[in-house]
Amino acid sequence: MPDDESRLIAETTGRILQSADLTAAATAVEQGAWPQPLWAALDDAGLPLTWVPEDAGGVGAGPAAGFEVVRLLGLHAAPVPLAETLLATRLLALAGVQPPEGPLTLALAPDTARIGASGRLTGHADAVPFARHCETLLVIAADADGQPVLCLLPRAACTLTPGQSIAGEPADRIAFDAKPLATAKGLTWDACRAWGAAIRAMQMAGVLEQVLNLCLTYAQDRVQFGKPIGKFQAIQHALAELAGEVAAASAAADAAARELARSPSVDAAALAEVAAAKIRCGEAASLGAAIAHQVHGAIGTTYEHSLHLYTRRLWAWRDSFGPEAEWSLVLGRAALAGGGAGLWPFAAR
Amino acid sequence: MTVSFRFDPADMPPGADALRAEVREFLQQERARGSFDPVLGTPTGLSRDFSRRVGARGWIGMTWPQAYGGHGRSQIERYIVSEEMLAARAPVRAHWVADRQSGPLLLHYGTEEMKRQIIPRIVRGEVTFCIGLSEPNSGSDVFASQTRADRVAEGWRINGTKLWTSFAHHADYMIGMFRTAPATKEDRRYGLSQFLVDMKTPGITVRPIINMAGMHDFNEVHFQDVILPAENLLGTEGRASDQATAELAYERSGPDRFLETFSILVALADALGPDASDAAIAAVGREMAHLRTLRHMSLSVAGMLNRGATPTVEGALVKDLGTNWEQALPGRMRPVALPPGADRTALDAVLRQFTLLGPKMTIQGGTREVLRGIIARGLGLR
Repeated sequence: MPDDESRLIAETTGRILQSADLTAAATAVEQGAWPQPLWAALDDAGLPLTWVPEDAGGVGAGPAAGFEVVRLLGLHAAPVPLAETLLATRLLALAGVQPPEGPLTLALAPDTARIGASGRLTGHADAVPFARHCETLLVIAADADGQPVLCLLPRAACTLTPGQSIAGEPADRIAFDAKPLATAKGLTWDACRAWGAAIRAMQMAGVLEQVLNLCLTYAQDRVQFGKPIGKFQAIQHALAELAGEVAAASAAADAAARELARSPSVDAAALAEVAAAKIRCGEAASLGAAIAHQVHGAIGTTYEHSLHLYTRRLWAWRDSFGPEAEWSLVLGRAALAGGGAGLWPFAAR
Repeated sequence: MTVSFRFDPADMPPGADALRAEVREFLQQERARGSFDPVLGTPTGLSRDFSRRVGARGWIGMTWPQAYGGHGRSQIERYIVSEEMLAARAPVRAHWVADRQSGPLLLHYGTEEMKRQIIPRIVRGEVTFCIGLSEPNSGSDVFASQTRADRVAEGWRINGTKLWTSFAHHADYMIGMFRTAPATKEDRRYGLSQFLVDMKTPGITVRPIINMAGMHDFNEVHFQDVILPAENLLGTEGRASDQATAELAYERSGPDRFLETFSILVALADALGPDASDAAIAAVGREMAHLRTLRHMSLSVAGMLNRGATPTVEGALVKDLGTNWEQALPGRMRPVALPPGADRTALDAVLRQFTLLGPKMTIQGGTREVLRGIIARGLGLR
């Protein structure tokens, strides 16, 4: 059960998202527009400040509350960088840096962005979500020792090449050679990746829930051979399988969120739980999207039908902040550290 | 109707960690004395001596009332003991069914005499139960059972055959479902009753069924004019279907529905050693992600049951996911390459065993297809 704070913030978020025309917004975003009314509504409710500490002018809500917002952003396929803003503000808060105003996005670039001794940030980052719409960007670059440094950079200081994710959201390349507005150290690469991965896992869990409900509605409405297709056993079994994936994703994402609440700096146990969630949710996303399209038949493959707004986000987010293969290595290494005898104690922690 | 799933964590009782440590130490001692192998378990998985030692530690009948010899502990504590035993491949079969469902059924529907006579013996690990449910003509269609219980002067006369009865050849008692009246047009589940059967009763013949793995788990149990005392009818005549439903919620989603093949990973980890390739490491990591998720879900369902809920859909989902995962595990681990010179002996033995035992995992206790029908009903599709 979400706590009271989480429930309140979730209700606020849900109300805004339910009353918005998100299909129109997603289409507009895919065409390059910024969804101003939607962002304004979320901003007016203070939602971008959910994870900004109170003494920095934010709401200062706990991890659980922010994750409820993230889940709803997935559920509604909301085409705004609110999850990215929450992620960026979370990491900035952990590093003790005041976040700038407005939408934020994150570029985790250990291999392509460097901050030199002079304090200049050079290099580039690819596929940065909504970069073109954010005045300030958070780039996490490597210093001379390979350690992560959080760098706040004005978009105006970057050369931006527009791109798009498979979901049709902006995913831009930014190149830079500039001094950041602010920098901070103290987080690990694992911590940065883990927060990103856990947020994507929760978004996917939210999307999957909506996908299941779309399928249930469709199966009851679509009549063929004289009855709703949901009466056919093949469809029932496919949806039972989908329900399993939705349930598993929900459980896994929640477990990761709880661990990050317990260990915001992401200790080994939290890292393992996030790894498990990203793997499980990524697989659920793949299988879930496939089942949903199969159940919806031809109409579900069209641009006009709303199903793709969800499935394309599943396909985008399963690769974001590490695909399953990367996290499987992380989890496998941790699991195997104790040999055969250590495997169960690792699993049952 | 909108569907949403939340698997809140079960509340861990105080002392949970200490209990887990106790069980691990016990299992370590048992392994040291050769009671079982961590990868291969024992040839039959059944040891009356082991069950007695488990009983002596207070780990059978953990949640039952102390008035009848139980230990009055929580479902979650029982869950902890169960999962430790299963992950270790300890030979629990002599007491498993009695602990999981037969004891609770007797506590609900048995006579005072039965409870006083039998419950303490189950708790001590001295008594083995089997379940007489399936028949040659009723497996998934369990309510089509035809083995008859006719009222006679001495009580009930049983005639017919039960099939797939696990460990009937070791059992002291059976909980048998027999037909006491024909089904009605309005209620095709009506007319079946549950009975306590003493397996030493004259007229009972047990014939072994050897499975593909060469093991003797299953049996045919023939009843020819078997006389049961009147008081051996458990609960309400004709209402076995209602009585069984509550049982099934417990049976459906416990750790025995996904831990059955876990020791493959133990054997693989040992065979891989410190020089495992990235591919092998990732393969193990992927399975651990599934295992962790299943465990979260299963524990959560145990917590829901503990709070008095009946999470039918969640339970069926966990069983479907769990049995599919555990069944697929040998097939997924078979292609994992070991470092040069690694010893594959134990790994190959356990892969072979679980490949041969694999098919039954999505059949026993409710087939995948039946489970998916239950889930579909829960989703509002039926």
